[in-house]
Amino acid sequence: MRKIFPVLTVVAAIFAFWYAAVPFMNVKETLTGLERAGAVVVPDNPIERRDASSFGLVLNNSFAIPATYAQERPRLPAPHQVAQDLWKTTVMKKVTSKRSLVYHGWITLSATLLGFAIGTGAGIILAVGIVHSRAMDMSVMPWAIASQTIPILAIAPMIIVVLNSIGIQGLVPKAIISAYLSFFPVVVGMVKGLRAPDAMQMDLLKTYNASDNQGFWKLRLPASMPYLFASLKIGVAAALVGAIVAELPAGGARGLGGRMLTGSYYGQMVQIWSALVFAAVLAASLVLLIGLAQRRALKRMGLT
Amino acid sequence: MVPNANSSVISAKALDLTFQTADAPVHALKDVSLDIAQGDFVSFIGPSGCGKTTFLRCIAGLETPTGGTLTVNGMTADEARRARAYGYVFQAAGLYPWRTIAGNIKLPLEIMGYSKADQNDRVARVLDLVELSDFGAKFPWQLSGGMQQRASIARALAFDADILLMDEPFGALDEIVRDHLNEQLLALWTRTNKTIAFVTHSIPEAVYLSTKIVVMSPRPGRITDVIDSPLPKERPLDIRDTPEFIEIAHRVREGLRAGHEDD
Repeated sequence: MRKIFPVLTVVAAIFAFWYAAVPFMNVKETLTGLERAGAVVVPDNPIERRDASSFGLVLNNSFAIPATYAQERPRLPAPHQVAQDLWKTTVMKKVTSKRSLVYHGWITLSATLLGFAIGTGAGIILAVGIVHSRAMDMSVMPWAIASQTIPILAIAPMIIVVLNSIGIQGLVPKAIISAYLSFFPVVVGMVKGLRAPDAMQMDLLKTYNASDNQGFWKLRLPASMPYLFASLKIGVAAALVGAIVAELPAGGARGLGGRMLTGSYYGQMVQIWSALVFAAVLAASLVLLIGLAQRRALKRMGLT
Repeated sequence: MVPNANSSVISAKALDLTFQTADAPVHALKDVSLDIAQGDFVSFIGPSGCGKTTFLRCIAGLETPTGGTLTVNGMTADEARRARAYGYVFQAAGLYPWRTIAGNIKLPLEIMGYSKADQNDRVARVLDLVELSDFGAKFPWQLSGGMQQRASIARALAFDADILLMDEPFGALDEIVRDHLNEQLLALWTRTNKTIAFVTHSIPEAVYLSTKIVVMSPRPGRITDVIDSPLPKERPLDIRDTPEFIEIAHRVREGLRAGHEDD
């Protein structure tokens, strides 16, 4: 209970701010609609209204405030409108429906999980190479860092197009973009983790005349687990972002990214917000799952 | 070949070690000559920076001397390390938190390729030696600092090396625990007839444990005195109140002071 209270306070503050912002964001379209329906609005000239400040419009037409919360196509939907749309597109729709967020969410999630698996695997392998070979440390690490300075939005369409031209499409290109974002935190975390054992620990193995291989499996790898889990949490969230971004140029309007894109084509802000909230909940759940695995694994290893 | 009594298992002649550091070379060991016989309990005592730990690490093959000769069991120190001639106990127990006490003791045995059955036998035996038989299934965090250090000694004993190198193993423990562990260590040494090289900065500990006390002083690290203890092999704790004990302690203190007057 004491843990949930600060969280609820922040949530309440966000909702208060959100609700307060809705009238100002939606007032112009609302007044146009009301005027058409015969209401008297101030000012009555549409061009004047276009140039007026939202703040003044809301003050002068306070009667229109309730209507700003019930727009068909609001510029900023109110939280309850997003909630209604979410309910409609998750619970009320069959999961096979093209309008179901669960359907689109699964498309994005499958690419995310595949990409996360590839990214984690590649990250661990690179980290092992970097720790064991000075040449790899010097050559790979700068490239890994450089790879993350390229905007993913710029490189995603290239990857989609290149892979499409050699006949790979659908899940795999999205997973690769996903992996592109998620391998990096794993590399950084694992390099740090594999180097975590101190000089004394390494000396101890030397007194046993242990091979590098034995040192890796018996000391370095177990010692790196706390670092790996911390990286996985960042990596899985990045993988989801990667999958969504990959869906923007992929076309076909599939996945959460596709929903966001079609929402913006057709001015359906509610649809964008729904997809956004759904993606956020998905990311939070994935991070939570890894957190649970982390707690169980590290507790069993006595590392907490 | 079984080394017979009084043959020297560790022999250093005119050993020199200079560390190259960024500003100036550090003369860690200068002209160190010493013979340690089979079954000896040798303590190295001196202020920090006197090279006592460095000398121990040279014996272990963890540092390479820049001059002189050093043999361990008739081999070079590095060959002896590869032949797993010694067990090394560090100041910190350094147990793996993800392994049980028994699992930690198995670590060197796994690395050295002992069979599963042999591993279990050896673990049981060394746990008994350090009086931790009931704690094999516990994890390190469930044990006190003194017990953890005993477990690390058991780990060093598990593969039956004839030499035990100990680098201030009880330095981080309180006086009462330390007394108890000293008593246990002596009993263990008597039972196993190992050759022990023991670094400490405590005069009573050095005098109580050793058959030979090596007094060292810093800048450059060197031996200033080697005292062969006349104390009997059987040593109850209250031997520390006898005139012989106090006399040796006095001589050690004099040796340490002499080393400082050179500064």
